[in-house]
Amino acid sequence: MPMSATTPSAVVCRGLVKEFTDGSQTLQVLRGIDTTFAAGQLSLLVGPSGCGKTTLISIIAGTLSATQGEVCVFGQELTRMKRAELVRFRRQTVGFIFQQYNLLPTLTAAENACVALAAAGMARRPALERASDMLHRLGLGDHLGKLPSQLSGGQQQRVAIARALVHGPRLVVCDEPTAALDAKTGHTVMELLREAAVAQDRACIVVTHDNRIFDLADRIVHMEDGHVIDPPAGSGIGSAQ
Amino acid sequence: MSWIALRMLVGDTAKYLGMIFGVAFSVLLITQQSSIFLGLLQRSAAAVVEVRDADIWVMDPRVQFIDGARGLPDTALQRVRGVPGVAWAAPHLRTTTTIATAGVELTAATLVGVDDASLAGLPAQLSHGTREALSAPGAVMLNGSGWTFLFKDRPFEPGLELELNDSRAVVVGLLDTSQTLSQQVQIYARYGTALSFAPGGRNRLSFVLAKAAPGEDPRAVAQRIQDVTGLKALSREEFRDATQRYIIFNTGIPQSFASVVTLGVVVGIVVVALTFSLFIRDNARQFGALRAIGVSGWQLAGMVMLQGAVVGVVGYAIGLGMATWLVETSAQNVLAFQGFFVPWQVAALSAAIVVLIIAWAGLGGLRRVLKLDPAAVFRG
Repeated sequence: MPMSATTPSAVVCRGLVKEFTDGSQTLQVLRGIDTTFAAGQLSLLVGPSGCGKTTLISIIAGTLSATQGEVCVFGQELTRMKRAELVRFRRQTVGFIFQQYNLLPTLTAAENACVALAAAGMARRPALERASDMLHRLGLGDHLGKLPSQLSGGQQQRVAIARALVHGPRLVVCDEPTAALDAKTGHTVMELLREAAVAQDRACIVVTHDNRIFDLADRIVHMEDGHVIDPPAGSGIGSAQ
Repeated sequence: MSWIALRMLVGDTAKYLGMIFGVAFSVLLITQQSSIFLGLLQRSAAAVVEVRDADIWVMDPRVQFIDGARGLPDTALQRVRGVPGVAWAAPHLRTTTTIATAGVELTAATLVGVDDASLAGLPAQLSHGTREALSAPGAVMLNGSGWTFLFKDRPFEPGLELELNDSRAVVVGLLDTSQTLSQQVQIYARYGTALSFAPGGRNRLSFVLAKAAPGEDPRAVAQRIQDVTGLKALSREEFRDATQRYIIFNTGIPQSFASVVTLGVVVGIVVVALTFSLFIRDNARQFGALRAIGVSGWQLAGMVMLQGAVVGVVGYAIGLGMATWLVETSAQNVLAFQGFFVPWQVAALSAAIVVLIIAWAGLGGLRRVLKLDPAAVFRG
């Protein structure tokens, strides 16, 4: 069933299947996902290891193609996009935050934060100015010229958040953003992320195992064995907190 | 993205310097060895090139190069003079002798005999003395580097006596000539005088030098001399090329230099390709993150190519500078290297090899970067 381009949802997944083939063996990681992620919300995607969270978020972010089914992000149907269109989609629409930050070690905090702008073709100076503004908002105004190796884990993750948000993406996807941080820092980072990334016309999806940040979610989507499942009764997850 | 590519490159100092070193060392080896080889090749034919007054060399049909002459009968000179289109012909002796003089050990030298009357065959440039001085009995001239070889820093002394094969020779001047491949010392004398220094034999005429008459093509006249006399006759350029060809195909010199040049290319490729591969591997996560963020394959390819180009240009500049300095310094301070220089063709060859090295290394890196799966950064 084709999806409407005017859906109010940020992300709509319909019948999403993903299979990986290794020699003669085929492994079905996603087994028909039907779910939506609303705009204006911070959604957590939780579940045991190997349940398909990372695969789902990769497909939603346009870095991985689905075997079957459809994904629509802010009206753009990813499954019909060509490779170059997907690159453009990721550059314009998506902000990425990774578990290991993946900052370029030889670039300063400000330079790292403006990578997405450089990728979009912006000149170095204005890109650095915008990135510096973003870092100021995230409380790293005094660390603009520092290399990642000179920053703490929490500070590096804030640089990664700045990099993800600096070009104003409508969708931010995060993979275990607090896994390498202590509880307090993780909470601070998530509060910053929520403040900066969530707005009426935007959405943020976070893959996490970290139940210390569940209280910050608007919605928690539980996955198991390649399916989105209803939350277990009495678990306290599955709805806006 | 170019500034990001450059920051990634220079920020990894060890690998950056390693790659620069690889390219520079390769360029140094290739340029220095090729320049020396070409210098030696030029030397091999210098004695042909520097005889400017004659444009045809006549020799025994079996002669292949200048230092492999076989004696001609004296009648050969008259036969060449009788060929239509020949303006004049002169005898030319070229043989090996030994020199003895006070304070100097016995040394081998090339003895050159030039026409008694016209001095045809004598190099044009003199640094000391006059051409007329060669008319004196027993008079000889040395090449400048030959004087330095024999007497080191001793200033030129006209009238200094040498012993050549038990005969007395008097040095009356110095000639400004290139060194030859065979001997450091060259002694020039009038033909008759040179014969008195040279060991006896029936046919001692090495070459006949001839000049084509005005309006005649030297190659055509040389062909006519061959047809009429049955001797081998070559224009100056043809004999220069034949001499150089002989060196290339009949000595181990080119193979020796080629092996070092090949080593330079291999070292360059191995060092740069391996280091560049390590650089890409170490930055694979970052490149993967860039792909995920929306950096296109073309942008990544541009980054890798820029990094390769910077390594190539910087390494080439350093390597070429070092090689030029080494060759020039050697040419100024070491007699054996006198006259050597880095021809632009060698610099161009080195540049082409650097492009090859960088392309080899860069393509490997590029393949790895373009194969990166952007989704892999989510998989930890």
